[in-house]
Amino acid sequence: MTSMASMNWLVPLPVVLPLFGAGLALALYRSPRAQRAISVVTLALVLAASVSMLAVVDRGPLVLSIGGWAPPIGIDLVADRLSVLMLTVSGAVTLCVLLYSLAQGEADGDEEAPVAIYHPTYLVLTAGVADAFLSGDLFNLYVGFEILLAASFVLLTLGGTGARIRAGTIYVVVALLSSVLFLVALALTYAAAGTVNLAQLAQRLPEIDPGVRLVLQILLLLAFGIKAAIFPLSAWLPDSYPTAPAPVTAVFAGLLTKVGVYAILRTQTLLFPGGRTDTVLLWAALATMLVGILGAVAQNDVKRLLSFTLVSHIGFMVFGIALSSEAGTAAAIFYVVHHITVQTALFLVVGLIERRGGTTSLDRLGGLAKLSPVLAVLFFVPAMNLAGVPPLSGFLGKVGLLQAAVDRGTPLAYVLVGGSVVTSLLTLYALIKAWNKAFWQTPPAGMPTDRHRTRLPVGMVGSAGALVVLGLSLTVVAGPLYGYADRTAVSLRERSPYIGAVLPDGVRGLGRPVPIGPVAGATP
Amino acid sequence: MTVDMRPSIVLVVVIAALVTVGVYLMLERSLSRVLVGLILAGNGANLLFLVAGGAAGGAPIVGTTPIGRMSDPLPQAMVLTAIVITLGLTAFLLAMAYRSWQLNQHDEVQDDLEDRRVARRAAADQPSFTDADTEDSDANLDDEAAAVHDETDEGRPGSGRADEVTR
Repeated sequence: MTSMASMNWLVPLPVVLPLFGAGLALALYRSPRAQRAISVVTLALVLAASVSMLAVVDRGPLVLSIGGWAPPIGIDLVADRLSVLMLTVSGAVTLCVLLYSLAQGEADGDEEAPVAIYHPTYLVLTAGVADAFLSGDLFNLYVGFEILLAASFVLLTLGGTGARIRAGTIYVVVALLSSVLFLVALALTYAAAGTVNLAQLAQRLPEIDPGVRLVLQILLLLAFGIKAAIFPLSAWLPDSYPTAPAPVTAVFAGLLTKVGVYAILRTQTLLFPGGRTDTVLLWAALATMLVGILGAVAQNDVKRLLSFTLVSHIGFMVFGIALSSEAGTAAAIFYVVHHITVQTALFLVVGLIERRGGTTSLDRLGGLAKLSPVLAVLFFVPAMNLAGVPPLSGFLGKVGLLQAAVDRGTPLAYVLVGGSVVTSLLTLYALIKAWNKAFWQTPPAGMPTDRHRTRLPVGMVGSAGALVVLGLSLTVVAGPLYGYADRTAVSLRERSPYIGAVLPDGVRGLGRPVPIGPVAGATP
Repeated sequence: MTVDMRPSIVLVVVIAALVTVGVYLMLERSLSRVLVGLILAGNGANLLFLVAGGAAGGAPIVGTTPIGRMSDPLPQAMVLTAIVITLGLTAFLLAMAYRSWQLNQHDEVQDDLEDRRVARRAAADQPSFTDADTEDSDANLDDEAAAVHDETDEGRPGSGRADEVTR
């Protein structure tokens, strides 16, 4: 344990470094070059810290008590397998998207967007995401959410054009509403259990009234369900994401909904084992998959089409979580990792399509396969990966989910098996439709068909390509990755590794809901 | 050790009133009313934290209040954090309402693009789906939607009405 304790200093880096970098970037707003360097270095360091924690937390969670306040009094950052896996994937994705946006800014001469605010906000966003992943405390999770939301508000409305203000309004109001719900859930949790420390809640919640516990569970599910865009709480997403600049949409699509999925996974396994909401969640997962993909089929704009597939595939992850088995959880974790990389890659490639073809409307695109073969490959590979064509990682994730559902064996699980197969086929249909129109149909009048007039910047193609390759490499390392996801699922279901790491002295303050420390009106 | 967790009825009534009014205002079209609604509902949630902290006591400082008569400081710390966050986000939402007013001369929350598309197709009695056989349209989604009836455009000269849009 001593060697592990000495690695503690790595835990806060993914939160602290981007915040520090954001401050520095803001101070150096006059020098775009310095800002770029700061962002790249910061995110590379965050990625390095996350990767170096991967092997360490495989032996047991790392816990850091902020300010030296022993848990459960202080705020803890807990890095277990799930947190670090999410951090590593999000680190890689945010770095790729940053490089993409740098290349875009260079190509456009930095005239399009108010760049001085872009880099600090982007770094704050990554800090918020990391804080949510690392938080060992429900209230700190709320703060992490707010950090990333505040940053996302700014990024979504960059430039303040009419379309972005219109889309941003809906996004901001919905996000604030879910924050209020989360606050209510927090207050009730504290009233019922006298703590917001996740490990301590895991010890105390089984002892409170089951009805109250169910209310807390449902409130938290509602708050996280809005963020994860689970039907019927998903209507805000396809309308608000597509209007943002391509890199912003890409990083939102990859990470923000997944933070909600992460929060659901964490609270369902750690705080509310026993699966009392599984039936509801399974139905919600089915509805999310089907409604999302039917929405995608009806679109003739690539960005909106992809936003709908994003909603639809959140259903797969909820499906895995709601199976409440080790196999289901492991499949959901694998699927999250796969989906973050693939969905982000697709949105970056759509940014390239918009650049080359001048639009994302499928009616006005065509012949891109001939005009830009590189773009065709970059779109085709992640599209097939998303649809789940063997042997790509999307296929492996879906097979894992289906196997876990068959193991569960209930009629509802089989309904979900059918629903997810239909969803996969419809995903394939929607993406093939997009492919046919954008890449194969004869270019409509008005589309720039000159091969050399609009060359794609090498940096943008390179960073999008890197993400596509990362998605492909998930297939290559699928064995070890699935093993890691399996071990993660086992320790999530056991709960004791997490609780034991945060509260090594064992049970503390069990029994009556007693707020920590002296309490008004307490009688000895 | 037992804790007096009986909530004060006044607080509960105030919370109920704040949340009710907040939800009502959030259902309005005008962004400033939505904003006020969010602030009220958020304050309702903040008060709920005070209830969660149990009965009020003295300042929780060792030496000034005997142990056992202190207020629980933790919910108050959380409320402070929540208030600061709400302040920041409120400022942002106000800026957005102002920008919306600058651009559109109103701060009303506009219809979802999808809703407006459906409205346009319904008005023109068209299928909700186009494929390769359908004629190409020159307008992109934003142009199309901008030309469609929006409740917030009601009665303004020059604003597109659904029944005027024909192909």
